[in-house]
Amino acid sequence: MTVLDLLDTGLAVLVLAVAAWTIVARSNFAAVIGFMTYGLLLSLVWARIAALDVAITEAAIGSGVTGLLLIGAAVRLRALEKSDTAGQVGGLGRVGAAVLSVLVVVALAAVFLSAEGQGPSLAPEAARHLPQFGLGNPITAVLMAYRAIDTMLEKVVLILAVIGVWSLAPDGAWGGAPANLSLAEPDPALVYLARVLPPFGIVVSIYIAWVGASEPGGAFQGGALLAAMALVVLMARLAPAPEVGRLWLRLVIVSGPVTFLAVGLLGFAIATGFLAYPTAYAKALILFIEAFMVLSIAAMLPLLVLGPPKVPGGRA
Amino acid sequence: MTATTLAGLTGAALIGLGLYGVLVNVHALRKILAFNLIGSGVFLVFGLVARRGAVAGFAADPVPQAMVITGIVVAFSATALAIGLLLRLHERRVEDAAAESDNRSDNKSDKT
Repeated sequence: MTVLDLLDTGLAVLVLAVAAWTIVARSNFAAVIGFMTYGLLLSLVWARIAALDVAITEAAIGSGVTGLLLIGAAVRLRALEKSDTAGQVGGLGRVGAAVLSVLVVVALAAVFLSAEGQGPSLAPEAARHLPQFGLGNPITAVLMAYRAIDTMLEKVVLILAVIGVWSLAPDGAWGGAPANLSLAEPDPALVYLARVLPPFGIVVSIYIAWVGASEPGGAFQGGALLAAMALVVLMARLAPAPEVGRLWLRLVIVSGPVTFLAVGLLGFAIATGFLAYPTAYAKALILFIEAFMVLSIAAMLPLLVLGPPKVPGGRA
Repeated sequence: MTATTLAGLTGAALIGLGLYGVLVNVHALRKILAFNLIGSGVFLVFGLVARRGAVAGFAADPVPQAMVITGIVVAFSATALAIGLLLRLHERRVEDAAAESDNRSDNKSDKT
């Protein structure tokens, strides 16, 4: 057993221990903090199996943005926690659930261990057409070219989630702004950080989105980082949460999928069909779409964390 | 055992842990957390599949990796919507409880 094997085993044990903590922890808040830690550890596992693009996405969205959302919820639900002990699963139920879970794990593990050698792969197909798009990162090629419709519809899913969250607004608050992210007055250190960090963060996120064409990175990761900068500014209350009725906000939200759809339809005229790119301009078109996708993601992730509008707007 | 097999087994164990959490935990927030554990376990299985398809000079098959990236964003959208519903439900419960206690105190003042 080499040192690397030991580290891998230690990492796996740590991931599972923290995951178990999020299940058994007494307080919701502790469980949520455990979940954020878990997300970061999991991104290390992704890095270890040579999936750097996934590792960045998991760290930014799976741990960071989701963690912020869950912390906000845990704080707001604190009052509920103490009273809500009815319907507790009894000892026998717990044993039953544990037996069922262990059976599932054993079955899955048996399948994974029996699968040996080379599996089916689309990598040769992905590699063959890569030069056609002028891209070096095969994952970006899958996301933006081979399976472009998945990526476009995934943006639509984000929009639907934003509409769903907004529609939970109380009647009087429709069109207004969401409540503040933090319940307490922001810490001076946080305010300072929110002034200093975003300029660097914006540059780094544009870089990650840009470099995604040839290296690990891309629109998702860049957009998530930009969203994180927006969230830091919102948490420090340096800028107010935007009113959801504003036209500019809605235009930013739909700009990504609309650009995607427009370029996709343009494919009928200048290439071979829907979501097809002409070889000469493929990379330029993909980067053009990605620029708007970064903008959309950067707007929608913070809006989902902020939640439904609470404060009646000026033009409600 | 390679890092890849280990990641696959970790994924299997995470699916089991999450399943247990969804079944046993009472609080809806904890159920959402456990559901996310199942999700990330399934994603790790995709990681195993991607690594087994490492050919053509790539460290892993890009197609399952791209699907996981899409999946992480969709899982976040679903979590955000679930949290939104949960918080709204909580608000309604608090409002209803407040209205009920108001009614009770009104009745008392009528009697005296």
